[in-house]
Amino acid sequence: MTDATATLSNNNVRQVGGSLLVLDERTKKRNAAEARFRRMGQIAVMIGVLALIGLLASILSNGLSSFQQTYIAVDIHLDAAKLDKSGNRNPDEIAKVTTFGYMPLIQEAIKKKMAAEGISIDGLNAKAAAELISKEAPATLRNYVLSHIDAIGTTVPFKLLASGRIDGYYKGRVTMASAELDKNVSPEQLKLADELKQAGILTTAFNWDFFTAPDASDTRPEAAGLGVAILGSAYMMLIVLVLSLPIGVAASIYLEEFAPQNRLTDLIEVNIANLAAVPSIVFGILGLAVFINYAGLPQSAPIVGGLVLTLMTLPTIIIATRAALKAVPPSIRDAALGVGASKMQSIFHHVLPLAMPGILTGTIIGLAQALGETAPLLLIGMVAFVREYPAAPPEGFFDPASALPVQVYNWTQRGDPAFVERASGAIIVLLVFLVMMNLIAIILRRRFERRW
Amino acid sequence: MSAGILIVVILGIAVLGFILGRQRALSLAARDNVKLHSLPGYYGHSVALFAAVPAFLLMIAWLFIQPILIETGVSRMIPDSVIPDGGARSLVMADVHRIADGLDVLAEKGGLSEEELSRMRADFTNVRSRLAEVGVAVGSDIPVPVLDAAREYRDAKHLGSSLMVFAVLVVSIVFAAIAYSRVRPEMRARNVSESFIKALLMGSSLVAILTTFGIVASLLFESIHFFQMYPAKDFFFSLTWNPQFRGGSDLGIIPLLWGTIYVSFVALLFAVPVGLMIAIYLAEYAGKTVRSLAKPAIEILAGIPTIVYGLFALITVGPFLRDWLAQPLGLGNSSSSVLTAGLVMGIMLIPFVSSLSDDIINAVPQSLRDGSYGLGATQSETIKQVIMPAALPGVVGAILLAASRAIGETMIVVMGAGAAARMDLNPLEAMTTVTVKIVSQLTGDTEFASPETLVAFALGLTLFVFTLCLNVLALVIVRKYREQYD
Repeated sequence: MTDATATLSNNNVRQVGGSLLVLDERTKKRNAAEARFRRMGQIAVMIGVLALIGLLASILSNGLSSFQQTYIAVDIHLDAAKLDKSGNRNPDEIAKVTTFGYMPLIQEAIKKKMAAEGISIDGLNAKAAAELISKEAPATLRNYVLSHIDAIGTTVPFKLLASGRIDGYYKGRVTMASAELDKNVSPEQLKLADELKQAGILTTAFNWDFFTAPDASDTRPEAAGLGVAILGSAYMMLIVLVLSLPIGVAASIYLEEFAPQNRLTDLIEVNIANLAAVPSIVFGILGLAVFINYAGLPQSAPIVGGLVLTLMTLPTIIIATRAALKAVPPSIRDAALGVGASKMQSIFHHVLPLAMPGILTGTIIGLAQALGETAPLLLIGMVAFVREYPAAPPEGFFDPASALPVQVYNWTQRGDPAFVERASGAIIVLLVFLVMMNLIAIILRRRFERRW
Repeated sequence: MSAGILIVVILGIAVLGFILGRQRALSLAARDNVKLHSLPGYYGHSVALFAAVPAFLLMIAWLFIQPILIETGVSRMIPDSVIPDGGARSLVMADVHRIADGLDVLAEKGGLSEEELSRMRADFTNVRSRLAEVGVAVGSDIPVPVLDAAREYRDAKHLGSSLMVFAVLVVSIVFAAIAYSRVRPEMRARNVSESFIKALLMGSSLVAILTTFGIVASLLFESIHFFQMYPAKDFFFSLTWNPQFRGGSDLGIIPLLWGTIYVSFVALLFAVPVGLMIAIYLAEYAGKTVRSLAKPAIEILAGIPTIVYGLFALITVGPFLRDWLAQPLGLGNSSSSVLTAGLVMGIMLIPFVSSLSDDIINAVPQSLRDGSYGLGATQSETIKQVIMPAALPGVVGAILLAASRAIGETMIVVMGAGAAARMDLNPLEAMTTVTVKIVSQLTGDTEFASPETLVAFALGLTLFVFTLCLNVLALVIVRKYREQYD
């Protein structure tokens, strides 16, 4: 403040006789500085908003296409001579035919389809034509046959996944020029795909499998889905909710209503404040050292992830619950005590129900944070490649599973560029979940929060 | 009986105890024609609490103490002769665990009876190939004492878990019975159950202390392990980071610290001016509509998971900086760089700086502003010369908190900064940070007891101490400032 007065007195050399309507040099300068400062503020706000828009636009533009997938419709003759040589329809013998045994059926079917539609591309044999269809297709076919043994010998219409490169061709990732250099796809195959599209055999449809299918190997991005990851994340959120809500509320009630002012209480308070700011990766180290190495819980299991995330979420829930408890006016407690309730009764019968909306809002926000957390899960082995769905709880809590954010990280580490699209798509799914959770929190707050 | 079923059984006993206790109180009161001291439910509560809580506490304690006892007992069985040169006892113990698990699988899938398992002799039967048949891989042939230890380990574990089930059930039933027998109309059941619940509430609040204790203990314990294998002097002062699979690694933390500080510095260089200006604009200039639109938009940035920022760095910012800045200037070819990670992390930090500073600026009393305007200062002069000096300690606290975030941030640097440990000034080169190396050392398939893996704990400890100091400093500064105007 002394600075301000000093500058004013130093420059206080106004020309005598100047008009009030004409600004002097110094006033102009000060006004310009004012405008400049204001503009800097506007620019800063703009940078912040633009960063948000850029972030979302980048994710959406890369990821939205993953919700569409290219399929090829073919009628496949399930040849009894190839699938069931002995002809007695014994499921065990049919199960012995590996996915390789189904490849020729697909080749045959696509050859027939091309002949029927009168499509032929120079320099493209039947094998290369069949490569338009995903390598995942024989497995799909085999699963179908094993569950429909009666279908052997008949012709069944299938809608099979197109291979990743063909899918990429219709999403702008693969072009004729890039196909020249690519050993996984040739320009002739792309031409055939165009012909098939015109004939209505190759179609684009909404990709439901993206939400339900498990992860797929490096070479089959078209088949990779989020099923296991969504299930794993859901299991972990369940564990976090069940553990952190009661413990967090109990701890908050103690600290807010009962705790005496002493060293122990101070220690607990300082601890909670610090835990809220400990880097998340340190919680991952804790999980690895205590839950996996020491207690012997299995790696990549939702139970370990859930426990680690619970410890991370607790401070958030405790802070929110304490604020909600504090917001209930003391008159409520006094009135309850006045009609003869014990302290415990006044809290559990009156204060806690009134604080519930605030507590639930804080819990949902804590869960949303936990849902997006990645780093600690990497350390407890959730990056593993998991294709099996975990069993139903409670055994499923101990089965290996993935988690949404970890699946995103996992996909970004793979070579095929199609996985970038998948990763962005997975992020969109994650963000949709987060938006829904936050909306619920906002609605809860709007509808039930009371101002006293 | 698995732990899950045991929990359900105990809960069942508790529910039964509630019903019986309540009934007993009611019937005793009716028989003697006296009034109950408390409401009938409280008698039920006290029985249920005594049935469930001590049993659960015993179960948790057992689950934590049993591994220590078995581990030390079994590890004493292993003679020094079977520990390979240069190897550690913990490596052999890892084998013991794996073989013991393998024996379980053998018993389950291989159809071996317990008797056959105990007759199995390491020097006669080829245990290794039997284990390999059921999908358990063991590195080398198994010496006799190791197989014995594994068998002992397995037996002790089985015995321990059946003992636990027995003990927990006995505790649950005995406590329930005692509590039940004490139910009388004149018993102060409400006081009993309320003091019990109060103890439970207090116990829950101790979880925070336990967590901190767990973090510090696990970091310290494994770091001490690490420093027994690798000299501390080299770790703290060596300028090279070059882990090797087969020994002879250089594990100096300096290049990692350099990368961490460089990335954080770039992030703060971006986030602090932008965040501060946003806070000032929103607090002092913006109208109601702008504020109600811009403030939530900026705060959305704080709610976005870091993996999203990581992906943004990887697929958009990184390639953009490489194609438009690094390659034209000839400063580098890599899309992951200090600048990429720093910029994206800066975006992430904007809301931290802005919302904390916003609160602090709003907390500066209006009288200071009015005084300044009264002297003829413009708004920006007031902000620069009156409000900012008054808010400075709080703003410094906010910046320190943001710095602690930046140092501990993982996903953005894993996906944006690269993996090469390098000490360079060029911000367009890939460098690596402490958190990146913690992830890479702990997610590989390396043996757990090697210095290359354990170094992650020493790195974690360093990180923890660093961020803790920053947080405490920030909290102290902020708290001190708050008292000033209250």
